[in-house]
Amino acid sequence: MKKTIKLQDLDCANCAAKIESAIAKLDGVDSIRVSFLSQRMVLEARDDGFEEVLAAAKKVAKKIGPDLVFLN
Amino acid sequence: MLSHMTRKEKTLLHRILGGLLLFALALFFRHFPLEAAFSHSLSLILLVIAYLLVGADILWRAVRTIASGQVFDENFLMSVATIGAFILGESPEGTAVMLFYQIGELFQSLAVSKSRRSIAALMDIRPDYANLVRDGQVLQVDPEEVSVGQQIVIRPGERVPLDGVVEEGISTLDTSALTGESAPRDVGPGESVISGCINQTGLLTVRVVREFGESTVSKILELVETAADKKSRSEAFITRFARYYTPAVVIGAVLLAVLPPWLLGQAFSVWVERALIFLVISCPCALVVSVPLSFFGGIGGASKAGILVKGGNYLEALAHMETVVFDKTGTLTKGVFSVGEVWSKTMERQELLHLAAYAEAHSSHPIAKSIQMAYGKPLDPGLIGSVEELPGRGVRAVIEGKTVLAGNRRLMEGLALPAQLPVGTLVHLAVDGVYAGYLLIGDVLKEDAHRAIDRLKAEGIRTTVMLTGDEDAVGRQVAEELGMDRVYTRLLPQDKVERVEALLREKSPKGVLAFVGDGINDAPVLARADLGIAMGGLGSDAAIEAADVVIMTDEPSKLAVAMGISRRTLRIARQNVTFALGVKAVVLLLGALGYASMWMAVFADVGVTVLAILNAIRALNVTSLLEDTPPRG
Repeated sequence: MKKTIKLQDLDCANCAAKIESAIAKLDGVDSIRVSFLSQRMVLEARDDGFEEVLAAAKKVAKKIGPDLVFLN
Repeated sequence: MLSHMTRKEKTLLHRILGGLLLFALALFFRHFPLEAAFSHSLSLILLVIAYLLVGADILWRAVRTIASGQVFDENFLMSVATIGAFILGESPEGTAVMLFYQIGELFQSLAVSKSRRSIAALMDIRPDYANLVRDGQVLQVDPEEVSVGQQIVIRPGERVPLDGVVEEGISTLDTSALTGESAPRDVGPGESVISGCINQTGLLTVRVVREFGESTVSKILELVETAADKKSRSEAFITRFARYYTPAVVIGAVLLAVLPPWLLGQAFSVWVERALIFLVISCPCALVVSVPLSFFGGIGGASKAGILVKGGNYLEALAHMETVVFDKTGTLTKGVFSVGEVWSKTMERQELLHLAAYAEAHSSHPIAKSIQMAYGKPLDPGLIGSVEELPGRGVRAVIEGKTVLAGNRRLMEGLALPAQLPVGTLVHLAVDGVYAGYLLIGDVLKEDAHRAIDRLKAEGIRTTVMLTGDEDAVGRQVAEELGMDRVYTRLLPQDKVERVEALLREKSPKGVLAFVGDGINDAPVLARADLGIAMGGLGSDAAIEAADVVIMTDEPSKLAVAMGISRRTLRIARQNVTFALGVKAVVLLLGALGYASMWMAVFADVGVTVLAILNAIRALNVTSLLEDTPPRG
C-alpha cells in the first residue's frame, strides 16, 4: 500500500534526508521518499499492518525533526 | 520575496534585526568605553542578550535532538561552536556566528518558500467550479461532482473544468498554462477540450468525457507534484555526501582541538578556537538545499514550456541523450492522411475519386477517411451494391453496377500497372477487371519536424533513428528529407521493441537512448527505452502513463528545448557544488592554519549559502531557451 503524507515545518533539507534514511531502515517499509521541497513523504509498505509501520515512521520522523507537523 | 513571509519567518526577521541592533550597541560600548570595566560588562550583557534573542530556538532544538541521540545535528554543532566561543572569551564572535547563521537560515527559508510559490503559481490551473446543466438549469458545482456524460456550460473567461467534447458553440481556448503556447486554439462542435485551459471568446456547451480525478488537469498537477520526489543522481549523491561530510568535519574538529596541543605542547585555547571554526563550517546546508532546488526549478521551468518531466532523474537523463529514436506516424508526421494525387488513364480524375470514395464508404480506416474527405460530397448508399472486404489487400465493391477493386498492389495481381509509380501509399483501383488508376495518400510532416531534427543534431545527438511500419520507399523518403541518420521500415509493433533493444546494445554505457512516440501502441517501447518521451497531445492516456517526459504540444522540436533546460539545470547544480565545496575547503584549510577567524568562517558559509540558493533559483527561468521557438498558429 502506498500513502502520501503532507508535511509542514520540515525546516531543513538535511533533516529530510536523515528522516528518509531512518525510515528506510524500519521493518516493513518497502520504499520511502521524503521531499523537502514539495513538503511530503510517500511511504510504501506491506498492506498487512500498514498503520503500525506508518505510526513507527511518523515517530522516527518526529525524533529527527521535532518541529515537524503531519497534515494527514 | 518579503511580502509573503510566514509568521515564523517574520518573527525570525524581527529577532535578527533586534539582535543586530544590540550587537552594534555592544560593539560600540566595547570600542568607545565610557568607563572601562562598566562598558565592558555592559557590552558583554548586550552580546549575551543578542545571542539569546537570535539563538534561543537553535539552543532549544539542540537540547531536544541530543536527548534523542542525534549528535551530528547542525543545531547542536552550532550551539557548541558559539558557546565554545563565549567560553574562550570571544563573545562578539559567538554572537556574530549565531546572528549570521540565522540570517542564512532565514534567507534559505524565504528562497524555498518563493520557489514553492512560483511552482504553485505555474500550476494554478486547478478549476474551482463547473457549471452543470441539469433539467434545463445551470448550477454551479464542484468539478468533482460531475459525472461522465453530463453537460456543462463554459462561459467566456472561465477555466475549462473537465475534459469533454463540444456540443454547441464556437470559441477560442488559451492553452498556455498547459502547453506554454501563446497562440489560442479554435474549437467548435465535435472537437475536444481539455481541463485547465481558459475559454476566451464564446459560450461552450460541453459533454463531459472524463471525471475530475481522471481529467488532464488533475493528472498534470499530480505529475508535477510527484516529480520532485523522484531524485536525480546528483541529488542522491549530495545527500549521501552530506551524511559523511558532517561527521568527518566534526571528527576533524576534535582531532584539531586535541592533537596539536598534545603533540606540539601548545596552548589548548588556540587550537580549540580553530576547532570551533571547523564546527561552524560543518553544516553542508547550502549544498543540500541548492541541488534539489535547482532541479525543482528546472522541472517547474520545463512545465512552463509545456514539457512535463516526471522526475529529477529524467531531467538529468535528458542532458545525456546520445541516441534519439522517433516513431514516424503521429510523432514526426501529423498522423492525418490526405489525398495528394489522383491519376487515371481511363477516366476523369473526379470519376476515379468518386468510385474510390464509394468503395471505401464503409471503412473507418484513416486512409479511407482521407479519400472520403477529398471527395467532399455526401455518399448516397443507394449507389452501393455490395461491399466485400479482402483483408491485407483491399475491398471489392459493386458501385453503380460496376465491379470496383480498391486496394494495394496485391489486389491488382494480373493487371497491368503503370511503369512509373510515385513513392508513397497508393490506393489502386480497377473497374470491371481493367486497371483504372491510383490515389496517392500522404501523411504530412509536422511543421517543426525539420527543426526538431536539426536542433537535436546541433545539441550534439549522435544518432537519430526513425522507426515506421510504412513501406520501405516511403519510410526512406521521409527519413532522408528530415536528415535522419538511420531508418527502419516495415516494422510491426513488436519489431520496434526489438529494434530499440538492438540500439540499446550499441550505445555507450553512459549515453541515454530516448524514444519519442505518440503513445497509442508505443507503451512497451516507451518503457524499454532509457527515456520515454510521449506527445501528450490532447490527453492521450497511454502516452502520459508510460512515458517519462510528456510534450504537451505534440511538437518534436520541444525535445531540444527540454535538453537545453536539462543541461542548464545540471550546470547550475554543478556550479553550486563546486563553489560551495571549494569555499568550504579553503576556509577549513585557513582555519586549521590559523589564518581564519570565526567571523570569516560564518560569513563565508552564509555567503555561499545565499549565492548558491540565488543561483539555484535561476533554473526556473526558461524564457531565454524558448526565444527561438516561433509561436504556432
